[in-house]
Amino acid sequence: MIPLMEKELVDRHGWITSEEFMEIITLSQTMPGIFAANMAAHIGWKLRGVPGAVASVLGNILMPIIIIIALAAGLRQLQGNALVEAIFKGVRPVVVALIAAPVFRMAKTANISRYNFWIPVVAALLVWLLGVSPIWVILVAAVGGFVYGKYLEKKEVQS
Amino acid sequence: MIFWKLFYTFCKIGLFNFGGGYAMIALIQNEVVEKQGWMTMAEFTDIVATSQITPGPIGINVATYAGYTAVVNAGYDPFWGVAGAFLASFSVILLPFILILLISKYLLDHKDNPILKSVLSVLKLAVTGLIAAAAALLVNSETFGSYAESPLQLFLSIGLFVSAFIASLRWKVSPILQIVIAGAVGFLVYYL
Repeated sequence: MIPLMEKELVDRHGWITSEEFMEIITLSQTMPGIFAANMAAHIGWKLRGVPGAVASVLGNILMPIIIIIALAAGLRQLQGNALVEAIFKGVRPVVVALIAAPVFRMAKTANISRYNFWIPVVAALLVWLLGVSPIWVILVAAVGGFVYGKYLEKKEVQS
Repeated sequence: MIFWKLFYTFCKIGLFNFGGGYAMIALIQNEVVEKQGWMTMAEFTDIVATSQITPGPIGINVATYAGYTAVVNAGYDPFWGVAGAFLASFSVILLPFILILLISKYLLDHKDNPILKSVLSVLKLAVTGLIAAAAALLVNSETFGSYAESPLQLFLSIGLFVSAFIASLRWKVSPILQIVIAGAVGFLVYYL
């Protein structure tokens, strides 16, 4: 999606520079929420303020929403249909694998090491086996990252 | 009142979603299946599958579909299901959207701040664990079948899981292609 956006916004329309585009990518990744929607909001806002942000987010998500609703309603009608059930029986284990696979890719980009690998392990075990809400894990991780950052800062000042 | 709960739940999911579409799948799964009980694990898995092969950001797709299913499962007409679908997808982007308008300028000035960087790197590690947990929670008899019911389905499911896992990591086969192939296998084995 990023190359597509860059082509349209930077090359074709010239609405923003390549540098601004990279900046918006960084910001959109830093913010919570859905990356594509964040990108759209940032770019719309930069160009035309709040109405621009609303317009570009709507433009970004409206078609997917309508397609999904049509599919959801259609599949609902077919609920219990032997053919659909057979197809999904084959698909379900593959979906689980598709969710599991990015874990290993993400671990690499998260700079996992022998000093910090306990963080994802503990997070996974808390949610998987103890039923802790992922939201608590995220809150604790954010606070932990903040405290650790402060600690590093202090150490730097002292040395 | 399910609409209020839907709004609140998806606002929360949007606000705490760091780390992309798969992180959001982990959050939505926990909220709509485990906490609220709006749908079964199998229904949720089917929603993720459908969202994978549909254009658009997967987070939006799953939110939209889950909103529809939650409302219709609660006994409302499909019309209200459509309302639930829109409500869930708008709620999930609402708070990040407001945050962008309010603090993106500030963030831009501080994007090299070491404390912000530390927060983000710990978040990334934790989110990796959350996605692993989401995958682990999906491994059950609803998605894989059970030995008691059908050994064939269980073994085929394990085979499909392992091949998809390798296909994703080793050869980077696109999720859409994998789902289409798995659907064809399901059709051949379970329907014919």
